Amino acid sequence: MGAEFVALSLSPLLIGVLAAVTCALPGNFLLLRRQALIGDAISHVVLPGIVVAFLLTGRVAALPMMLGAAGAALVSVILIEAVRRTARIEAGAAMGVIFTTLFAAGVLLLEQSDTSGVHLDVEHALYGNLESLIWLDATGWSSLLDPMALAGLPPELPRMAGALVIVALAIAAMWRPLAIATFDEGFAATLGLPVRAIGLALVMLAALAAVAAFDAVGSIIVIAMFICPPAAARMMTDRLLPQVMWSVGFAILSAVLGYVLAGYGPLWLGFANSVSAAGMIATVSGLILGATMLFGPCRRRAGIAA
Amino acid sequence: MIWQALSLQLGYNASLVAIGATILGIAAGVTGSFLFLRKRALVSDAVSHATLPGIGLAFIAMVALGGEGRFLPGLMLGAALSSGLGLLVIGWMLRRTRLTEDAAIGAVLSVFFGAGIVILTVIQSMQSGRQAGLESVLLGSTAGMLRSDALVIGTGGALVLLAVLLLRRPMLAVGFDSDFAAVTGTNVARIDLAMMGLVMAVTVLGITTVGLVLIVALLIIPAVTARLWTDNALRMVALAGLAGGLSAYIGAAVSATAPALPTGPIIVLASFVLFALSLALAPARGGVALLLRQIRFRRRVHRRQGLLALALGQPIHEPFTMALLAREGMARPDGVATEAGRAAAAKALLDEARWAALRGDPAHGLTASRYDGLTPIETVLTPDQIAELDRHLPRAQGVA
Repeated sequence: MGAEFVALSLSPLLIGVLAAVTCALPGNFLLLRRQALIGDAISHVVLPGIVVAFLLTGRVAALPMMLGAAGAALVSVILIEAVRRTARIEAGAAMGVIFTTLFAAGVLLLEQSDTSGVHLDVEHALYGNLESLIWLDATGWSSLLDPMALAGLPPELPRMAGALVIVALAIAAMWRPLAIATFDEGFAATLGLPVRAIGLALVMLAALAAVAAFDAVGSIIVIAMFICPPAAARMMTDRLLPQVMWSVGFAILSAVLGYVLAGYGPLWLGFANSVSAAGMIATVSGLILGATMLFGPCRRRAGIAA
Repeated sequence: MIWQALSLQLGYNASLVAIGATILGIAAGVTGSFLFLRKRALVSDAVSHATLPGIGLAFIAMVALGGEGRFLPGLMLGAALSSGLGLLVIGWMLRRTRLTEDAAIGAVLSVFFGAGIVILTVIQSMQSGRQAGLESVLLGSTAGMLRSDALVIGTGGALVLLAVLLLRRPMLAVGFDSDFAAVTGTNVARIDLAMMGLVMAVTVLGITTVGLVLIVALLIIPAVTARLWTDNALRMVALAGLAGGLSAYIGAAVSATAPALPTGPIIVLASFVLFALSLALAPARGGVALLLRQIRFRRRVHRRQGLLALALGQPIHEPFTMALLAREGMARPDGVATEAGRAAAAKALLDEARWAALRGDPAHGLTASRYDGLTPIETVLTPDQIAELDRHLPRAQGVA
């Protein structure tokens, strides 16, 4: 168990957990603001951003891709707002117009450009490749203290950790204004809070989380983690801070359980191959949500008879 | 090459595929416009993503029974079952829990899609070479489409259109005002169910052509495009069908010309081009029309203020106002009013005086609220009323 686990499973597991928590944190506020589908939109438009960054720089490097993806997220938010106002249509439809178009453009660019030499394709974009992020230099638990071996960690791990720190610090820093603006935007505006800036900052945090996680685990985990753990946490409590804590717990549980089930579940059932970890993590988060919807103490809207 | 494709000269099979896709596009545009009127456009996103596990399970079942895994009607049946389940789950979440619709859509979308991915990886590891290409349901591909597939899609699309034709009245009533529809005896829940069933049918028909990730675009974009052109619901539905059919036709034809042109994205981009053109050019809601209205409004404000200044003998400092009055022959460039300018200025002043009198009279409360400093009073009052108003005007300002 020991050496093999550290080399093959520890870093994908950690990356999965970090990605899940990073997405679940802003997801709480998106859910409460009824903007849950923003996460869906962002995780789609990240693709063209990454492809354009790749075409401009000609290589698969972290920083330009992050910038490209963040730029695409910003562009899509602006475009959605512009379409909504000019055409005077509901936000959902405007979102549907923009994110499908940008995603289609990304797919087309990807198919048209020569990316055969690099690890960039549509399937990878959708469900990532968590299992491949292994730590080749590890020989056992002792490698955790070995600087030489630590240098060989997959670069996604520190990047994901960095994204988590940024997202967590930003949310902690703007906790009060964010909470007020989330629950009662009008009240927040009368207090003089910059409501629009807060909204945009939250979307940008979500974009950061989506971009960092997308790189490591693909967009399907991103969408699932934006919505499922916060929604499950919403079934457990009526208070904001406990809800965020519950969602973090559910996110970690989904990532660990999903990864283990994907990697070892088929073996227990007698199959030779493992299944997609990203898909399994999303499935587990859905099962957790299902359980809380059936049994959670705060699952009902006020006013619905038990 | 592209012209050949667009004029259906790339062979029998490619033409058949293009025609099938066109019928599908029309059906998607028409169905999507009812969904858009009901303000539930993004539900289709959940419906389409929720087809994936059903497709995978249907494939496994068909292979296990010794059949061909990519048999299209079988895959469609699986897709319909699992997206139907997804819809039921969304409905249950909205009724029984405190979650809002966007959260329910997102949760079903991501979880079903994740489960579908798991099943796809199971299929990849199965000992069967025949599953190659099941990934094509994600983004659509007409490359390997059989003649029978095109026939299934075309027939299915035609059936959807027929159903829409029969259900158009109640679906419109529910889309515009579901409470009123319920009061007048429409079974709203059943109509909603039928609408979702049609959306599901379009999605399932579209998985091989457009792909399940992007079929939602074909349901939303043509409807939004059509909405820009008209305020008449049935005309909008017809235009949406036209836009959807045209996009699907262009997409299928263009993608047949080269292997690196996946069908789904091309169809989506074609429909977006139609949308962008409409957004710029549509008569009432388009960007150009908006700009023209703004320019015209600005002119009216400047003309009115300039005329009032002329009437009161005040100097005009605003260069745009001066230029406007000069161009229209109301004033000389040095600011002195011409004959026509004096008449128009007197008329404007009289108008203001009448409005002031009107707004001072509580009896005209509702009419007075239409005062915006621009509207000529003749457009809101009859000549009799104006004459009545004039009797109360201070004589000094009266210019007959």
